[in-house]
Amino acid sequence: MTRYIIVRILQALPVILAVITATFFLVRMAPGGPFDSEKAVMPEVKAALEARYKLDQPILAQYFSYLSDLREGDFGPSFKYPGRSVNELIAAGMPITAELGLYALIFAVLLGGVTGVIASLRPNSWVDHIPMTLAMIGICVPSFLLGPSLVLLFGVHLDWFPVSGWGDIPGDKVLPSITLGAAYAAYVSRLSRAGMLEVLSQDYIRTARAKGLAEWRVITRHALRGGLLPLVAFMGPAFAGLLSGSFVVETIFQVPGLGRFYVQAAFNRDYTMILGTTIFLSTLIVIFNLLSDVLAAWMNPRIRSDLLDHD
Amino acid sequence: MLTLQKIPRSIFALLFILLASCSVQEGNVDSGNRLGILHYGNGSEPQGLDPHVVTGVPENHLVRALFEGLAVKNPYTLEPEPGVAERWEFSDDKRIVNFFINPRARWSNGDPVQASDYVWSWRRALHPEMGNPYSYMLFPVKNAEAFAKGQISDFGKVGVKALDERTLEVTLNEPTPYFIQLMDHYSTFAVHPPTIMKFGASTDRYTKWTREENIVGNGPFVLTEWKLNRRIVVEKSSTYWDRNKVSLNGVVFYPTENSVTEERMFRVGQLHYTASVPLDKIPIYREMENTPYVQAPYLGTYYYLLNINKKPLDDIRVRKALSLSIDRDKLASTVLQGTAVPAYSITPPNTLGYDPPKLFGYDPEKAKQLMTEAGFPNGKNWPGIEIIYNTSESHRKIAVAIQQMWASTLNIQVTLSNQEWKVYLDSVDQMDFDIARRGWIGDYVDPNNFLDLFISSGGNNSTGYADGIYDDLVLRKATKASSRELRYQIFHRAETMLMQAMPIIPIYTYTSKHLINPSVKGLPSNLMDSLNLKYVWLDNLKKEER
Amino acid sequence: MTERQHFEISDLDSGISLGKDAWIRLRKNRLAVGGLVILVFFFVIALLTPWIAPYDYEIQDLDLGATGPSLKHWLGTDIFGRDLLTQIMYGGRISLSVGFLATIVALVIGVTWGSIAGYIGGRTDAVMMRLVDILYALPFMIFIILLMVVFGRNMLLLFLAIGAVEWLTMARIMRGQVQTLRQQEFVEAAVAMGLSRSMILIRHIVPNAVGPIIVYTTLTIPGVMLLEAFLSFLGLGIQPPKTSWGLLIAYGAETMEEYPWLLLFPGFFLATTLFSLNFLGDGLRDALDVRSAKD
Repeated sequence: MTRYIIVRILQALPVILAVITATFFLVRMAPGGPFDSEKAVMPEVKAALEARYKLDQPILAQYFSYLSDLREGDFGPSFKYPGRSVNELIAAGMPITAELGLYALIFAVLLGGVTGVIASLRPNSWVDHIPMTLAMIGICVPSFLLGPSLVLLFGVHLDWFPVSGWGDIPGDKVLPSITLGAAYAAYVSRLSRAGMLEVLSQDYIRTARAKGLAEWRVITRHALRGGLLPLVAFMGPAFAGLLSGSFVVETIFQVPGLGRFYVQAAFNRDYTMILGTTIFLSTLIVIFNLLSDVLAAWMNPRIRSDLLDHD
Repeated sequence: MLTLQKIPRSIFALLFILLASCSVQEGNVDSGNRLGILHYGNGSEPQGLDPHVVTGVPENHLVRALFEGLAVKNPYTLEPEPGVAERWEFSDDKRIVNFFINPRARWSNGDPVQASDYVWSWRRALHPEMGNPYSYMLFPVKNAEAFAKGQISDFGKVGVKALDERTLEVTLNEPTPYFIQLMDHYSTFAVHPPTIMKFGASTDRYTKWTREENIVGNGPFVLTEWKLNRRIVVEKSSTYWDRNKVSLNGVVFYPTENSVTEERMFRVGQLHYTASVPLDKIPIYREMENTPYVQAPYLGTYYYLLNINKKPLDDIRVRKALSLSIDRDKLASTVLQGTAVPAYSITPPNTLGYDPPKLFGYDPEKAKQLMTEAGFPNGKNWPGIEIIYNTSESHRKIAVAIQQMWASTLNIQVTLSNQEWKVYLDSVDQMDFDIARRGWIGDYVDPNNFLDLFISSGGNNSTGYADGIYDDLVLRKATKASSRELRYQIFHRAETMLMQAMPIIPIYTYTSKHLINPSVKGLPSNLMDSLNLKYVWLDNLKKEER
Repeated sequence: MTERQHFEISDLDSGISLGKDAWIRLRKNRLAVGGLVILVFFFVIALLTPWIAPYDYEIQDLDLGATGPSLKHWLGTDIFGRDLLTQIMYGGRISLSVGFLATIVALVIGVTWGSIAGYIGGRTDAVMMRLVDILYALPFMIFIILLMVVFGRNMLLLFLAIGAVEWLTMARIMRGQVQTLRQQEFVEAAVAMGLSRSMILIRHIVPNAVGPIIVYTTLTIPGVMLLEAFLSFLGLGIQPPKTSWGLLIAYGAETMEEYPWLLLFPGFFLATTLFSLNFLGDGLRDALDVRSAKD
C-alpha cells in the first residue's frame, strides 16, 4: 500500500505539469486579452501594460519564465488586481471556500448517507420513498434557485439568518453551507442506497447473517464498507467540484471565497490568476482522487475479508 | 470505524452552535444611523485604489473618498467648487490656468499638499511605463500627449509648473472649457510622493502603497480596513482641510456584485444605499409609499453600433429603416420598466445646456418604404444579420424585443449572439460584427465627450464611419469657437451630420437607479451620478446631536 | 460455486431471453412504467411542438407583459408577453435533447474508459486515470469559451462539450466497480474457461456494474440540463430567443417574487421529467440486475 501511494504521488508531478502546460497555452488562445476594456485603451498604454507583465515576449519565453517563477512558489501578479499577487488572492479566498466546502460536505454526507443507508434497509417502503423523493428534488433544485429561496424564506421573511456574508454576522454560514451541500446530499443519498443494496445481496453478508450476527452488526461491520464504495469513488471529485462549484453560492451570498476568483479570472483573462487557481485546484484533485482510491482499496470487501481472516 | 462514529456527535454540536448563535440583532442601518456610519453598496470589488492605475465606477467612489482633486464637483449643481485649490485663475487667452492651493490642505500623515506634488503626480500619471488607461484626461495640457506616447521624454516640456509651494501653473494646448471639470477625475489627482517611493519606483503599478497600513491620501476619509471581496471601511480624516463639513464618521463599502443579493441586503436593513436595482423589482418599489427608489437622468447613451462596411448595412436606407422601426417609447415603458428615456441621437439631452438634434421618430411605414427602395421589399432577398451583445440580463431583453420589432415590421431575419465579455470586446475591436450593442457614459459633462467618439481615428468609433468634415467640426472648429453658444452650434451641426449618416442606432439615455434609505440625506441625484461623501449625513445622528 | 455463477454460465448464449426477462420484470413495476409513459409522452410532444404549439414562440406582446395563467394563455406569459406554454414546449425540445445526447456521450466514453482502465489495470490503468485527472483540472470555462470560438455556435458541439466533461466521473465510478468485480469468483471462472478479455468485460463485468451506472446516469441527465442552463446564462450556450427548461428556470428564479408562475411551471416540467427518469432508472436497474433477478 505504501508503495502504491508513493507511486501515485510521483505520478502526480507529470499530471500537474501537463495541466499547467495545457492551461498556459489554452488561455492565450482565447480571444481578448487581460487589458481590453470597454473604453478603448490607447495603443501606447496597452503596449506599456503588456511590456510590464512580459506579455510582449515570445510565448515560449513567457512559459519558461513562468515555470521558473513557479519553482519558487511564485504565481505572479494578478492582472486584474494590480498590487495583489495571485498567491495573496488564493490565500485570502482559499480558507473560506474550504470551510464552506467542508460544512457543505459534512451536511451532504450526514444527511445523504444516513437517509441512503436507511432507505436501502427497507427498499420500496416509506423510509425508502420519502428520502429518495427528497433527494430527487435536491438534485433538480439547482443552487441558483435553492439559495434565493432559502434566503427569501429564512433571511427576509422569517429573519432567522443573515442574507449574505461569511463570518461577519453570527449564523451567516448556515444558508450558504446548506445550499452548496443540498445537491451533494442528494447524490450521496442515492449512491449510498444503490451501493448498500448491491452489497446486501452479496454472499458474505448472507454468510454473516447466517452466522447469527445481529442485523446492526452485520450492517456496521460488514455492509457499510462495501456499500459506501461507489460513494467513496464519487467523493474525491466531489470535493474538488465543491470548491469550483461554490461559485454560484459565493455569488448569491457574497461569500469572499476562491470560487468567485476561479470563474471570474477566466472571464477577465487574468492569465496568472487562471493558472494559479488551476494549479491549486489540480493539486487538490490529484490529492483527493488519490485519497479516494486509497480509501476504496482499503474498503474493498475482498481485501477486508482477507484482513478479517487474520484477526 | 472509530472516526465514523465520532464525527456525527461533533457535527451535531457544531450545527447546534450555529443555529443557537443566530439571534435577531441590530441591523447595519440602525447601528449605522446611531454611529454615523454609512453602509454603501458599491457594485464590485475595486481593482485597486491607486488613482493612476484604476478605472471604473466603484473605484471612482472609493478613490474620491480617500483623495481630493484640485477642484471638486458640487453634487447639486455639478459646477466645480474649491477642492485642494482654494481658487484658480485663467489667463486672458484662456490658455494658462493658475491653481492656488489651499494652505490648510494636508496629506493624511500631516504633510502639507504642495504644488510640486502635482507636478510629480502628473508625471507619474502620464508616464508611458505607468500604463494609466485614463492618462488622456490630462491631454489638454501642453505636450502631455507627446510625453504619454513616448514622443518626448523630458517632462520639463510638459505644461505644468510649480511656481511656488502653493501655486501650480498649467499651460493648455488651446482653450478647454471643461478643463476644471477634469480636475475632479481621479486620473488628475495628486498622490503622496514619499509614500509611493517608500514602496517602489514612481511608475510602479505593482506595489503595496495602497494597503490599509501604508496608504496616504488627502481626501475627507482615510482607509482603515480592506477585506478582499468583503468590505472596505473608511473613517473621517482628522487632517482634511474641510473636516468640519464632513458629518459622517465613516463609510463601509460593500462589493455587491449581484444586484439581486444587494436588493435583499437593502430589504433586511444591511445597506443604506444600493449601486443598482434589479429591473423586475422596480414596479414594486415604485408603488410603495415613501419609496426608497430613486431614479434620475444619467449622462450616458445606450446604442447599437452598425458596421457600415458590411452588406447590407453599407446602404444608408437599410440603416435608417432599422432605426425607424424601433418603437423606443414602447421599449422604454415595457421591457425597461420606465427606467430609460428614448434616445434619437448620441449626446444625452441637456448636457450642460446642449440639446441634440432629433431627426426622426418611430415610423414603420417610412421604414418599410426605405427597405423596398434598398431592394428588400417585405424582407425579400434579405441576407440576414446578427446582433452581438455581452452577457447581461438587460442587454438580452432589449435585443430580444428589438429582434422581434424588426421581424414584425420589416419581416427580416435577425439572429442574436450573446458573447462572453472579452469575446465581445474582441469582436467589437476587430469590427467582426453586423450590429453590436454599446453604451457610453460621459467622463465629463460636455458634448465633446460624446461627439469625438466618431471622429475617423477614434478608438471607440468601431463603425467604419469616417467623414473629414465631421472631424474638422469636432476637432478644430469647435475648439476655436469664441463662445459656448457658437461652440454648441458647431456641435449641433456635427451631430446632425452624424445622425443623417446613421452609423449607430441610438436607443435610450441611461438613468441612475438606486435604493436609498430615508435616513440618508445630502445625497442628491445628478447627471453624473456623482457621489460627494462630504455632503452626506444621516438623519438619526443629527437628531441625537441636537 | 454459488447460484449467481450458475446463472452467469448457463445464460452465456441466451442474451435475448435475458432482455425479454428484464422487460417482463420492468412491466410489473408500475412506477417504472408510469415514468416511461410520461417520458415517451414528453418526447412525442417535443417532436410535434412546431405543429401543435398554441402560439409562435417568437411572437411578443410587449404591452401585455407578464401575466398569470388565463384562458387565452394557460400557463401565463413572460415579460415579453410571450406564451409560456409555447416557451416550455420549445424549451423541452432543447433540454431533452441536450440531456439525453450529452448523457449518452458521457455514458459511452465513461463506461468504456473506466472499464478498460479498471480491467487491464497496471500501467495502462495509471496512464488512463491520470489523463482523467488532467482533464478534471483544466479550467472548464476557458475550455467552453475556446470551443465556442473555434467551432462557432453549434448546438451539437454544445452537447459534445458537455458530454466530454461529464464522462470523467462516470469513468471513475465504472473503474471502481470493475476493480471490485474483477476479483470475484465468477470472473475468475470465466477466465479459467478461456473467454477473451473483451468477452468477459462485455458479458460479465459490465452487466454486473449496471446498477450504479444506471443510478449515476439518472443523476447525470438533470446535471447536464442544469449545466446547459448555467452555460447559456453566462452566454456560452444556446442563443435567445431559443430557450430551454433550465434557462426558463434560471430567469424565473430571478423574478420568483414578482412572477412566480415563470418559475413554477418550467420547474414542474423539469421535475416531472426527473422523477419519471428516476423511477424508470430504478425499475431498469432492478429488472436488469442479474442477482436480484435470481433472489
